[in-house]
Amino acid sequence: MTDTFPRIAVRRTYKLYVGGAFPRSESGRSYPVTSSAGDHLANAALASRKDVRDAVVAARKAFLGWSGRTAYNRGQILYRVAEMMEGRRSQFAEEVGAAEGVGKARAQALVSAAVDRWVYYAGWADKFGQLLGGANPVSGPYFNLSEPEPTGVVGILAPTGSSLLGLVSVLAPVLTSGNTAVLVASEDAPLPAITLAEALATSDLPAGAANILTGRLSELAAPLAGHADVNALDLAGAGGLAAELEALAATTLKRVRRPGGDDWDDTDPGLSRIKPFLEIKTVWHPIGR
Amino acid sequence: MEIFEYAPAPESRAIVSIRPSYDLFIDGEFVESKSDERLVTVNPADEEPLAEVAVADDADVDRAFAAARRAFEQVWSRLPGAERGKYLFRIARVIQERARELAVLESLDNGKPIKETRDVDLPLAAAHFFYYAGWADKLAHAGLGTRPLGVAAQVIPWNFPLLMLAWKVAPALATGNTVVLKPAETTPLTALAFAEICQEAGLPPGVVNIVTGAGATGRAVVAHPGADKVAFTGSTEVGREIARAVAGTDKRVTLELGGKGANIVYDDAAIDQAVEGIVTGIFFNQGHVCCAGSRLLVQESIADELLARLRARIERLRLGDPLDKNTDIGAVNSAAQLARIRELAAAGQAEGATGWSPACPLPERGYWFPPTVFTGVTQAHRIAREEIFGPVLSVLTFRTPEEAVAKANNTPYGLSAGVWTEKGSLMLWTASRLRAGVVWSNTFNVFDPASPFGGYKESGYGREGGRHGLEAYLD
Amino acid sequence: MPDTVPGSLRAYLHGLPGVDEVGVGRRAADLATRSIKTTAKRSAIDLAISMVDLTTLEGADTPGKVRALAAKAVRPDPADPTAPSVAALCVYPDMVAVAAEALKGSGVGLASVATGFPAGRTSLEVKLADTSAAVAAGATEIDMVIDRGAFLAGDYRKVFDEITAVKEQCGPAHLKVILETGELVTHDNVRRASWLALHAGADFIKTSTGKVAPAATLPVTLIMLEAVRDYRAATGRQVGVKPAGGIRTTKDAIRYLVLVKEIAGDDWLDPAWFRLGASTLLNDLLMQRTKLATGHYGGPDYYTID
Repeated sequence: MTDTFPRIAVRRTYKLYVGGAFPRSESGRSYPVTSSAGDHLANAALASRKDVRDAVVAARKAFLGWSGRTAYNRGQILYRVAEMMEGRRSQFAEEVGAAEGVGKARAQALVSAAVDRWVYYAGWADKFGQLLGGANPVSGPYFNLSEPEPTGVVGILAPTGSSLLGLVSVLAPVLTSGNTAVLVASEDAPLPAITLAEALATSDLPAGAANILTGRLSELAAPLAGHADVNALDLAGAGGLAAELEALAATTLKRVRRPGGDDWDDTDPGLSRIKPFLEIKTVWHPIGR
Repeated sequence: MEIFEYAPAPESRAIVSIRPSYDLFIDGEFVESKSDERLVTVNPADEEPLAEVAVADDADVDRAFAAARRAFEQVWSRLPGAERGKYLFRIARVIQERARELAVLESLDNGKPIKETRDVDLPLAAAHFFYYAGWADKLAHAGLGTRPLGVAAQVIPWNFPLLMLAWKVAPALATGNTVVLKPAETTPLTALAFAEICQEAGLPPGVVNIVTGAGATGRAVVAHPGADKVAFTGSTEVGREIARAVAGTDKRVTLELGGKGANIVYDDAAIDQAVEGIVTGIFFNQGHVCCAGSRLLVQESIADELLARLRARIERLRLGDPLDKNTDIGAVNSAAQLARIRELAAAGQAEGATGWSPACPLPERGYWFPPTVFTGVTQAHRIAREEIFGPVLSVLTFRTPEEAVAKANNTPYGLSAGVWTEKGSLMLWTASRLRAGVVWSNTFNVFDPASPFGGYKESGYGREGGRHGLEAYLD
Repeated sequence: MPDTVPGSLRAYLHGLPGVDEVGVGRRAADLATRSIKTTAKRSAIDLAISMVDLTTLEGADTPGKVRALAAKAVRPDPADPTAPSVAALCVYPDMVAVAAEALKGSGVGLASVATGFPAGRTSLEVKLADTSAAVAAGATEIDMVIDRGAFLAGDYRKVFDEITAVKEQCGPAHLKVILETGELVTHDNVRRASWLALHAGADFIKTSTGKVAPAATLPVTLIMLEAVRDYRAATGRQVGVKPAGGIRTTKDAIRYLVLVKEIAGDDWLDPAWFRLGASTLLNDLLMQRTKLATGHYGGPDYYTID
């Protein structure tokens, strides 16, 4: 009779998600993540300003390709993200429960809502353009058409209190229109963000379209807000830093969505998070023989 | 037989009566400024003073905001949209009725040719009011919210004084906001004439307030705590300052800033119309146009031919008296702007580009700069990167569509761009890749109240014109 | 002498830069706002008079009518001998002999339409005979029509060969080639037809017969002026332009002169290089001329009806 040893579980390493890869922070640092009850959950990568830089480079590189996809294709890929999340429901629920201190049923409801949000924004991909653009009846022999375009690279400070649903609610609308994103996850509850990154990585989303950093908001937000190659900023999770970051963003006249006014449980947020990250381009052409 | 040359054909100044001195327009009346400071606005074509204008100080700006707030709360936001619209229709009509007078006044104060004020600025200003008048009672259908923001602080530039006023005031009023507007230091006169038009139209007092002055007045207006919304058109530098100043507040902002528009000419372009488009793109309004096509990107295979045609065309431009109906290029608006243009043109020469101007005698008095084309320009030159805001064109070449787009987008600005090709698919390919808010294909510098206008990147944010232009003033 | 045209005609003509209708219209409209006053107007009116091809092309034309018009061509304003003569009298071929007699020694040119004007739907033999008869009767200028059917069918070679054949038949007479732009319809066609005629040896290119609407327009004339400008730059040979039909007022005529000045240049501001095909225009020019001289508006009874 031989002794039976309990199997030693294989723990996950939570890394950053940059350019489609999962690097550790270039700084080599990590920080402990605890549950809402204070139990140690894991060590997450502690990203540095250089990781911000790398992520912006990756996002810029991905922009032309992602924005150049057909709207239908982007919708398909966002839906694929929902599919990939669905397969990891229990893992997400566990992490959300631990991070937010909610019961199992609420955690599962939050995961469901997050999955459904991808589906919701998948559907928007090929519809917002018709609502926001169109032909303009100018007084002259010109065909004049306005259409919305993605603004470019969007820096997102994910909401701090809603580790998965809030996260998806800010990321999906930015991606659906063809922007690429550099997202700083909730500092205290970053694990669902990294698990989401693993779903994104298997979802056909092109490398670099979404980049996710974990670490200190106070360290990452300013380099992101000040980066000249970032076109817009979503300050959802900026907290007390919002005013300072908005002022920093003014240096290169970034589009800024100020924090507030969000209800993550709202299943139909409409265009409220799509529009701030669009540009209206108007093209004129003469009409003649 | 004598050669057929154009005789002078000056528009008469008699239609305009300029007062020696102007006060501020607050709460429906012209009131004296609290400050003793005055500024003198001059005719840039001959440097003769036109009038003295009040300089509003902080106390004046306070009064203006108080009046605007009162008008917003007590009258304007409560008025049914249809009635607000009728005031705007009235204003549009008065502008049309007084168009000749306003055109002459604008040319005098700004230096731009009467041909442009008469055929562009004035018709468009009236059309803008007419367009937004019709929105006032239909806001519920615009899909943008229906509540006005409150009081809008608006600061406008000197390049299209009355037209920029119209772009700001018309949508603000149509949506139920009231305004405090500061016209540019060097071109206040048509805004003051507009104040009279508000009186003539019976607009309730306080709905439109006009405070004149220079930079300090402008700063006081945009920083005023009573402003719910800031709308600014002007330089990117000032735009940055404003964006910083409103950070952390609830104020909404739209900024329409600088540009360095690329005008791309492919080898299959309708070449004569492309030449016209290049000329219109950079010499319209002396190049004092934020969306000017100041960088010509021409496919190398046709560069020589295109430039030869362009030079021949530029030689036909008539520079001189802005009030002469045959003048194509008027005066530069101010001594300061002239100095800026000269500095950048000198930098172009110093950095190794080759400047060319037609033989073109400049008047002895006033602020003048000849139409100028720089060839041999590279992306690294200051004249390829910085906004000159004058009649100076920088010419670069490209070999492939990819290179054209890459060079066009290689700027922190993103306001306008042009593309010239007879091939539809290439036009659409190019237009879709240009990072600019307005793309003119096979045309340039055409404007319409129904067409949204505004920039990407450091050219600002928000759109003016069309349904999109309502968004900046609605909650 | 016709120039050699490289490669196939079709490839050549379709390789010309396109014309954007809206852009041309904008340019023409902008030039139409030029304000021509006082001394400029005076010189413009005299220049315009001297450029008129005074025209009668009616089925009802008679020797009497042609003689009357010839008298007017020589001395447009009987009350004012300082008014210049017109450039030419333009008639049908069968009236050339009458006109030649009436114009003898006057220095006024004699233009005859030919080649089965206005439709041109006859055989080449008939067109050539038409031409040589007019020249033999004393025409110094021949206004031929191109085969628009062949042009629109893409048979550019046929159009080209006809022009060269007629040119040869003209001998010393100048050849004006009428494109009939109202039937070519598009501006691209106008440009191609212009270059075709230029290479085939035209001395003038002319917009219209006056029998098809629209006849001359500012944008079409602008395109033709660009063609002769560019053709001279390329070959060194200068060719004239003649808008015809629909030019009725002094204001119209001056707009054409502005176009000539600003598109082709001062070199074309000469009856040798620019003509206005018109009939009623002349009286309006004379009336405006008198107004400038006397300060008073005139009335139609003071000018001859011919």
